[in-house]
Amino acid sequence: MHPESRTRLDLQAIAAKLDKSDQRRLWSGLDELAGTPEYEAGLQGEFGDPENEPAIAKHGLSRREALKLMAASAALSGLTACTKLPTEHIVPYVHAPEEIIPGKPLFYATSMMQGGLAVGLLVESHMGRPTKIEGNPNHPASLGATNIFAQASVLTFWDPNRSQVVLRDGRISDWAEFLTAASDLRNRLIGTKGAGLRILTQATSSPTFAAQMQSLLAQFPNAKWYTHEPFGNFSADGGARLAFGRNVNTIYRFDKAAVVVSLDSDFLDHGATCVRYARDFAAWRGIETPTSQMNRLYAVESGPSLTGAMADHRLPIRCGEVENFARALATALGLPIQNASSPVAGQPVPNEWFKAVVRDLQSHRGASLVVAGAWQPPAVHALAHAMNEALGNAGTTVVYTDPVELGPEADSLPDLVKEIDAGQVSALLILGSNPVFTAPADLQFAQRMLKVPLRIHCGLYDDETAEISHWHIPQTYFLESWSDARAFDGTAGIVQPLIAPLYHGHSHHEMIALLTGNVGKSDHELVREYWKAQRPQQSERDFENFWARTLHDGVLAGTALPAISPRLTLDYGKLPDPPAGNAQAIEVVFRPDPTIGDGRWANNAWLQELPKPLTKVTWDNTIALSPATAWRLGLNTGDVASLSIGGLKATGPIWVMPGHADNSATVTVGYGRKRAGNVGSGFGFNGYLLRTSSAPFVASGLQIEKTGQNYLLAETQIHHPIDRNHQQVEEESINAFERDVIRIGTLEQFRTNPRFAQLPDQEVNQNLSLYQPYKYTGYAWGMSIDLSRCTGCQACVVACYAENNIAVVGKYEVMAGRDMQWIRVDNYYRGGLENPETYFQPVPCMQCEQAPCELVCPVGATLHDHEGLNEMIYNRCVGTRYCSNNCPYKVRRFNFKLYSDWVTPSLYGLRNPDVTVRSRGVMEKCTYCIQRINEAKIAAEKENRFVRDGEIQTACQQACPTEAIIFGNINDPNSRVSKLKQQTRNYSMLAELNTRPRTTYLAKIRNPNPEISTS
Amino acid sequence: MAQVFHHSTNLISRLTIYGFFVFIIVAGFIPYWIDGSPYVTEANVPKVQPVPFSHRHHTTELGIDCRYCHTSVEESSFAGLPPTETCMTCHSQIWKNSPILEPVRESFRSDRSIQWVRVNALPQFVYFNHSIHINKGIGCTTCHGPIGEMPLTWAENSLKMSWCLECHRHPENNVRPRDQVFSVSYQPPANQAELGKKLVKEYNIYSLTECYTCHR
Repeated sequence: MHPESRTRLDLQAIAAKLDKSDQRRLWSGLDELAGTPEYEAGLQGEFGDPENEPAIAKHGLSRREALKLMAASAALSGLTACTKLPTEHIVPYVHAPEEIIPGKPLFYATSMMQGGLAVGLLVESHMGRPTKIEGNPNHPASLGATNIFAQASVLTFWDPNRSQVVLRDGRISDWAEFLTAASDLRNRLIGTKGAGLRILTQATSSPTFAAQMQSLLAQFPNAKWYTHEPFGNFSADGGARLAFGRNVNTIYRFDKAAVVVSLDSDFLDHGATCVRYARDFAAWRGIETPTSQMNRLYAVESGPSLTGAMADHRLPIRCGEVENFARALATALGLPIQNASSPVAGQPVPNEWFKAVVRDLQSHRGASLVVAGAWQPPAVHALAHAMNEALGNAGTTVVYTDPVELGPEADSLPDLVKEIDAGQVSALLILGSNPVFTAPADLQFAQRMLKVPLRIHCGLYDDETAEISHWHIPQTYFLESWSDARAFDGTAGIVQPLIAPLYHGHSHHEMIALLTGNVGKSDHELVREYWKAQRPQQSERDFENFWARTLHDGVLAGTALPAISPRLTLDYGKLPDPPAGNAQAIEVVFRPDPTIGDGRWANNAWLQELPKPLTKVTWDNTIALSPATAWRLGLNTGDVASLSIGGLKATGPIWVMPGHADNSATVTVGYGRKRAGNVGSGFGFNGYLLRTSSAPFVASGLQIEKTGQNYLLAETQIHHPIDRNHQQVEEESINAFERDVIRIGTLEQFRTNPRFAQLPDQEVNQNLSLYQPYKYTGYAWGMSIDLSRCTGCQACVVACYAENNIAVVGKYEVMAGRDMQWIRVDNYYRGGLENPETYFQPVPCMQCEQAPCELVCPVGATLHDHEGLNEMIYNRCVGTRYCSNNCPYKVRRFNFKLYSDWVTPSLYGLRNPDVTVRSRGVMEKCTYCIQRINEAKIAAEKENRFVRDGEIQTACQQACPTEAIIFGNINDPNSRVSKLKQQTRNYSMLAELNTRPRTTYLAKIRNPNPEISTS
Repeated sequence: MAQVFHHSTNLISRLTIYGFFVFIIVAGFIPYWIDGSPYVTEANVPKVQPVPFSHRHHTTELGIDCRYCHTSVEESSFAGLPPTETCMTCHSQIWKNSPILEPVRESFRSDRSIQWVRVNALPQFVYFNHSIHINKGIGCTTCHGPIGEMPLTWAENSLKMSWCLECHRHPENNVRPRDQVFSVSYQPPANQAELGKKLVKEYNIYSLTECYTCHR
């Protein structure tokens, strides 16, 4: 159902309903609790009702007209089977490159910079085309896994909207002309020693780039280098300076921390470290036996994050009050904090809760960890350092090194603006950054920038900043240029290109080289020369070996920075005063959008269509409010509200978010782009309009006003709901909550009853079938998904997009319930609206042994094979959708329209050549990456052996940072997946339907502190 | 009253009624027959190529191994087409002024590839792998026909799914010893039925008829 506006949620009725129902009841969202028509429609018809397709999604063709056209085309369609295959050409090389074997992909190691730090990658290349990105197992920040941005970067690379030509005053120019201008600029600068030259870059850890900048600043001592990263690490840097008197790099060792307290930190989902941290953290969570040890996470935060969702105890407090909490915690741990008030002004933290946290930390000295959030003020970081020191964690769970990022003080945009106002800037070179969009609103950067006489921008897109620049140079992407970058621990890696620049782009290295007089030097030469200069004593031949080895491995062995022990010099008296708490004033919290980041990924359709992990909204950003605050303000999900703070205004849709702190509004920024490209422009609202340089992450005193308008969001929370009502009414025979789709136990429960997740034997009668059981004698593929490890990051979803050529459908088709993702991550909640527990469940095709979809296909397009796979054969499918109708897991996706882009030439290069690009009218679903299975089987057959365990990794498994997804042969009792399935935590989703799914789950185990009575 | 219809009308009406059913059945077969005919499948139709390359000359007459040009046939799904450089290894020495080889020399000079016309084409939803067939003892000529006798190359078989399945169901009819895979003159011995069964066992050949074997 798609009415013109969303059904209003009666928040009080929902809260009352929750109060009455069992505390163990799982709910998938407010719509399920309210039983809105949108949710009910999702239960009834899988793809919604085509009759009620939103008007905007219709393309001027009524159902009747479509039928007429169909009748005409049906008459002709019989003939299409007789068409000849078109004449194809084979175009061999003239000189064949040595390594390339047509049909076999090659993998190259490279690195990608995320917020200034490297993530090591392996990129799959099909005859020179980068098609898929995997993590580099040798790289400390990856260990073989990736996050959503690394997975999606291959689409950005092939994005047809990337800037393709040099622009001068917005008109097409060329590189030669720019060279002349650059040489003029250099000649001018030589006279004045660079006076007036300002260079603005993003955060970087590239040693070559830093060396280039050093030499530039040596030549032009009057020039200055600024960096701008809207969600950079500057708070952490400030905190380190407060605590140690100098900037240090902080590395957390989650693998050693048994008790973790997160002070508004989203370490599982933010930054270039999140993949590694998630792996280390999850290693504690996937417990095998009742004797296994498990870590415990306490999270204090305002808006729900993935870290908060993983927490065993989560405390929602306003973002601005986390500092008060930190002070109280530090005091309780014995630090001499002055004027520490009650833990939280106005919102008293449960005393019992607080004391339990303190006791837990104190009893795990040296194995505990206090993590400050990147966007908390420096004082919180300083206090976290002091607490870690006091708990004896420094050197064990917290390791310090010298800073990894190179460059000036982070985010010095306000200083740049001051200089522009003073007329001191005559030439501004912006590399990569898009400050016109991302700068704090109070700086009015666009107007300021227009005052600069010469403005040069080198970026991936002809974006907001390029628009008002005199020169715009297309930048090369990391997959097409040479560079280097350091990981969070300092390990250096080379950024190695996979392909020559698609659009004659130029790298930042080349841009700086122009100014330093190295005209014509390629980035390859520059990077190589830098590393050669680092090894003066090495012979040419040794260097070649070193270089080849480095390129192969992707990392320079032994370049991790040594640990240091900075002395804590925190002067508690000099800590800035705690923020004056006004519990009634509403604060606004700014966060980068979870899927499109600070706006730089806005034109990436995979990330746009990836549901935000907690709201499940696609293609839009929202203003998240707690249910109580929303009720008080008379606001509801979908209401458009106008926000104003200190004279700054923005208007956007409200999202009622269970678990959000009261009197706090989280605005995710990155949307509202005007010049993002064809995909990203015009979606969402611009949250940067509210942000000031003095309060970049949280500001108090937000005014929220209802505009009376309503905005339709493309939410996937209500899509593909699993009808669990039948379970809830069967409470008499068996406790419904014990057989719900997610099975949850505490560590205590697991220890007393390891089999709590498994139903009594009589409930699972394995041979209840009219058919003879089939004996799988060869391979039998199966998958195990560990819900204790899964953090809900959705890297699996984006990996599946890339591996399986999945189409993007756009906002209005998503609203009609037609998103094409083969694996989805379902969210479930448990408990009250104020602070529910959050659970994630990745749902791919279950590959049922007794698959309901197969029986109903009239044309045999979905069948079972002798390895237990549920096959989906596109060329047989006629699109009846009976299979999907009969799938209890709702994992089948139908191409209602021609969603795959068959037209744009640059997207041809993106496609995985081993997977069919589907057309209109065809059903599709997860295949367990059959192309990977077949490839491994062929390789094994040729060597006359069996496929080894671990040889086949599905795309979702390979991307997963926490190793929550494991695939393999369940006929081999020693395979990893078999061992996981033998665990007592193993259960099948909807096992009572007797579908015998090959994909099974490991129950979620939480580790709440027994001292805290209520969870 | 005289009969309105002549006697023969009975016959005509019967013929019309039965003929209609016959026509329907025949008409149903016609598209099927057309679809399988060389007109559609282009089996046995030599393709016009930029250079009239003769497999007969290069294999049977000169004795060059298949793998000299189709280098990746044992490793990859794609057998590989030789780069211009491979042609020029010989043709920079022999027939170096032949006008029919001008496109080859032109390609070598200008660094532009020769655009060969694909002879054996499969639809894009079919994923065929050369290397595993070679490895399991399926000879080149089993599918590509008497390539050693083709002055111009044609597709010997329709490459229709039914044709693939014939062998996938009964591999013993076509399997040959591994050392004979690249022989262009190989003829199945009289005891193929016996030999086939032995080789199927020896080479661990399964009768793979699952859809996912080829479609994905």
